[in-house]
Amino acid sequence: MLIVDDELSIRDSLRHWFRKDGYDVAAAESGPDALRQMEGEPFDVVLLDIKMPGMDGMEVLRRLHELSPDSVVIMLTAHGTIETAVEALKIGACDYRTKPIDPDELGRLITRALEERASQRQRGKAPGPVSGGKPPAEEIVAASPQMQEVARMIDSLAESDVTVLIRGDSGTGKELVARAIHERSARHVFPLVAFNCGAIPESLLESELFGHERGAFTGAQSRRRGKLEQADHGTLFLDEIGTIGLRTQVELLRVLETKEFTRIGGQTSVHSDFRVICATNQDLEELVAKKEMREDLYFRINVFRIDVPPLRERAGDVTLLARHFLKVFAEKTERALTDLTPDALAALNRYAWPGNVRELRNMMERAVLLATPPLVQVKDLVGLGATLPTSARAEAPLAGSLAESERAHILTVLCQCEWNISQAARVLEIDRVTLYNKIKKYGLRSE
Amino acid sequence: MTDLWLLPLALREPPELLRWLADGLAPVFHVEVGLLPSELALEGGRHPRRRQVDAGWILSQLLGLPDPGLVLAVTSEDLYLPVFTYVIGEACLGGRAAVVSTHRLHEERYGLPPNMERLRARAVKEAIHEIGHCHGLVHCPSGACVMHSSSSVEDVDNKGHELCPECARAVARRRG
Ligand SMILES: [Zn+2]
Ligand SMILES: [Zn+2]
Repeated sequence: MLIVDDELSIRDSLRHWFRKDGYDVAAAESGPDALRQMEGEPFDVVLLDIKMPGMDGMEVLRRLHELSPDSVVIMLTAHGTIETAVEALKIGACDYRTKPIDPDELGRLITRALEERASQRQRGKAPGPVSGGKPPAEEIVAASPQMQEVARMIDSLAESDVTVLIRGDSGTGKELVARAIHERSARHVFPLVAFNCGAIPESLLESELFGHERGAFTGAQSRRRGKLEQADHGTLFLDEIGTIGLRTQVELLRVLETKEFTRIGGQTSVHSDFRVICATNQDLEELVAKKEMREDLYFRINVFRIDVPPLRERAGDVTLLARHFLKVFAEKTERALTDLTPDALAALNRYAWPGNVRELRNMMERAVLLATPPLVQVKDLVGLGATLPTSARAEAPLAGSLAESERAHILTVLCQCEWNISQAARVLEIDRVTLYNKIKKYGLRSE
Repeated sequence: MTDLWLLPLALREPPELLRWLADGLAPVFHVEVGLLPSELALEGGRHPRRRQVDAGWILSQLLGLPDPGLVLAVTSEDLYLPVFTYVIGEACLGGRAAVVSTHRLHEERYGLPPNMERLRARAVKEAIHEIGHCHGLVHCPSGACVMHSSSSVEDVDNKGHELCPECARAVARRRG
């Protein structure tokens, strides 16, 4: 790893930090110094400060490509250089972070980037698949009649260009369904652009979707293409569609109808040709009734509907998926785990899976680390400990507000995790603070 | 003979905490643990706006102490490094100084009722982790090992509280 920053304290603290991660760490205090070191040896990871006297980080980035094309480059920015950092992404940087950085996040970012690079290399080396030549995407693994039906619908819909609405609880794999549709469609040579509407504050939503022109608002120092433009010729996947505010709904509806829009702060209209797939775990009909969703938008996106069943209703799939994830993670971590004990499989099948496939995946990822080869045992399945009263869950009334079911769901997960907040937050896929706030909001208490 | 010193620095937790740490550390590293009376003022390392203390500054102060052997500072202050928003602990890899902060290990910080058991478990894990670094250990890929990287309290909770066999062997080799 090479750390490039003109500030000694930054270089030092990063160097110490990553040495503890087991990296060989070199540091450079200037652009020329960095390039000199790269001539000597290539680096797996380069952390590159943007603003340095003399040759700045952008210049280093441009030259680095020739010297060390395989490096994972992460730009470090100060406030105010974020627009430059976005430019850096276009000329090959892997990502950027603003100083000071969240240590947790930086660690994950680098691990993920290195993993991605490794799998890209592997793909590059491996003889390509006979047909198509596409990398094997994360596939839907299923044998249950319910999922067979989903697969049949994917096949029948893929060729046509119809708008699809995918419904299902969180963790059921709605994005996988969208990808499967995209991969089987004529648009598969173009990108699938996935966008989670719920993950972005409303104020930024429009600029993310439509893009903006230089100077459209404070901080917009250059033109930026939005998701709609990026999806040109491909597929636009809008997750959590029910979270969009009414004002943006109007705009979005117009785009879906005309496939034309203007960038924020722009004059001319832009045309983009994309297929739309939306997904939600909300009751859209209820949102329409409460006037939180425009009826015309609802009809526009709800042309064809696929319901992804919750994992507990997918007979036989728990076993299939558990073995699938076991194989995947055992290979990835090089652990000689071959199967699960009959007891472990039985326990998995008894469990109600409130977090669905995602929860099972996370549990198996952890189990692979905890288990003693060759078999995964019940004790390795963390979070399964207190088997919950399955019958109670299955017979839970279907009626009730979203808040009620959220409360019940959180409580169930908390009990399963024996009120280990960190674990529960992981299962629920929210951060701890959000979980604490919800615990307070609903007045939840252990025992 | 004492070979590992605990040094409380602006520590607001009950004094039992230090005994828990001592009890946790002694068997893992086969050391005798003693208490070093606190004589360091933190003012020099305090960042006025961030209201945090520079972990690197603390380490440099510890290294400046008249050679006491291995020393672990324990503080209730929130720690940072110039490039990071916060750190829970920091150590000289293969060196003789380390520091751990309890600031982010409290349940109260996240709006939950205080839980001493949980604080104890987290603090002991982090103390062992940092002293592990002083013994030359780098982060361990095993999610069950206490040397697994943990930058957030979630990670601390999710990892185990002991050295995995491989890390334990490395410590034993170093002890000779
Ligand atoms: Zn560490
Ligand atoms: Zn280990």
